[in-house]
Amino acid sequence: MSEKTTTPINAQPAVEVQNLATGYHGRMVLENLSLVIREGEMTALLGPNGTGKSTLLHAMTGQHRALSGSVKLFGRDVRELPAAERARLVSMVPQQIEAPMAFTVAEMVMMGRTAALNRWQAPSADDWRIVEQAMTYTDVLGLRDRIFQEMSGGERQRVVIALALAAEPRLILLDEPTAHLDMNHRLEVLELIARLNREKNVAIVMVAHDLNLAAEFFPRLILMDHGRIAADGPPETVLQPQTIEAIYHCHVDIHRDPDCGALRVFPRRTK
Amino acid sequence: MRYARFQIPFVLLALLLTAVCVLVGPHGFSWPDTTTPMGRAIFQLRLYRVAAGFIVGGGLACSGAVLQALLRNPLAEPYILGISGGGALGAAVVIVSGLAAVHVGAVPAGAFVVALATLALVYALASQGGTTSVYGLILSGVVVSSMLSSLLMLLLSLSDIQGLHTIIWWMLGNLQASSGVMLLACGGCVMVSFAIVWLFSRELNALTLGRDMAHHLGVRTERVVALALAAATLAAAASVALAGMIGFVGLIVPHAMRQMIGADHRRLLPMCLIAGGVFLVVCDTVARVVLAPVELPVGVITALTGGPFFLVLLRRRKQTWVG
Repeated sequence: MSEKTTTPINAQPAVEVQNLATGYHGRMVLENLSLVIREGEMTALLGPNGTGKSTLLHAMTGQHRALSGSVKLFGRDVRELPAAERARLVSMVPQQIEAPMAFTVAEMVMMGRTAALNRWQAPSADDWRIVEQAMTYTDVLGLRDRIFQEMSGGERQRVVIALALAAEPRLILLDEPTAHLDMNHRLEVLELIARLNREKNVAIVMVAHDLNLAAEFFPRLILMDHGRIAADGPPETVLQPQTIEAIYHCHVDIHRDPDCGALRVFPRRTK
Repeated sequence: MRYARFQIPFVLLALLLTAVCVLVGPHGFSWPDTTTPMGRAIFQLRLYRVAAGFIVGGGLACSGAVLQALLRNPLAEPYILGISGGGALGAAVVIVSGLAAVHVGAVPAGAFVVALATLALVYALASQGGTTSVYGLILSGVVVSSMLSSLLMLLLSLSDIQGLHTIIWWMLGNLQASSGVMLLACGGCVMVSFAIVWLFSRELNALTLGRDMAHHLGVRTERVVALALAAATLAAAASVALAGMIGFVGLIVPHAMRQMIGADHRRLLPMCLIAGGVFLVVCDTVARVVLAPVELPVGVITALTGGPFFLVLLRRRKQTWVG
């Protein structure tokens, strides 16, 4: 696709994961995993349920502790990075946010500046300008006084992306941000993410389930299986029928879309 | 801004209501005669009482607002983690053991210390295994709470009629402060805990989105949760020590304020302090005036007036639990 940017090979690393091992209650989820994400790169993490994609994402923000190995964010070990500094480098967009209290859209987006604000002062004019720009960017400025929890799923996810943007991060992690959306809103959110990456040069790492959308929007795919990286590269090298069949245990047909040139993966029914 | 217009008229109204409550007595609305010693004494009693109402109401409302945010639970209130059970048990032990006769401060001190110890126990139980989860806190709060109540029952059943009477009256709640020192001590506790939670307003906002999201927003969640819990408990324990158990203020005032000025804790907490204070002062004025010279327990008035008001608020907004 013409929209895709190819990341310069000489860009500085945003995330360096080295020999990472981690797990829950004695069960290993990731073992000896290494990868490098460069600044400005746009990467999708793919793989069946339970292969450790979300765990890897959480390890990148220091929320999930490494048992061995290390995670570095912009050259600094995530364990030694103070929480507020980390939050200004990396934002997270989860599957969905439950805001049980009646926060307005503008208040939600201002939460993106939690780590940037001084506890003794109200938000400055600069903070409001950044929040308004973020809302403009994701097209929710007109909804600023609406109650977040009363909005539709697609609108909410645009607000959450504005919240992530308001921290002015250099890396945005997204954990299946489109899982609960209709296909039109899915497309809308992915286009927004691609535009962010293109125009603001923010590195993107997104956990995705939909192989087709990932192939269309992401120049780099990382396919995970049982806590390891099974394939890593552009869609053409990662989306090979034998790789997909071995990991997902189902037969697939892979075609190139005649209109946009992206690869399409179709599961084939076994008779 | 969606809510800005409410705040200034609201504060003015609060001041006005408080002033009216100082001037209302069992014989109607009047300016106390401060030329006689009797008049001065009555005026001082009323001032103390209004001050106590403000401290207790404000403290409970802020404490409730913070616990609702930390536990992400609309039913959270200052007593949810066993503070009331602990306070009542502490007071009962002091009364039954006869220590109450030694010093007027003994009962409040006993209530205060045991209430704080209860939270420490609940927190320790909930933190086993490394992280303190919301469910862990609520569950251990409920369990500890009911164990303390049964200990209280045991004490009640063993105590003589005089002790029984004192304990029951203490539990019903009363805003007549024993001394100016008590007022200063409890007021100081409430102001300190208010200052702490207000400075952490942004972290509280972030925590309403869940621990995970707060972590991503740069909040050191374990520390902030422990600190805010400690501050909320300090305010509630001081309130319990000063006035016994007064229900409903800590539950409904935060909900009513969110409905009026929104959920942002930076605005919400000061409003809760003021509104909780005024609400309790007004309820207490009603309690001492309606059936004068008999005084009603103020908790009866808070529940009877607050309940219907709360139901009206609930009808107005269905999707989010808080208004």
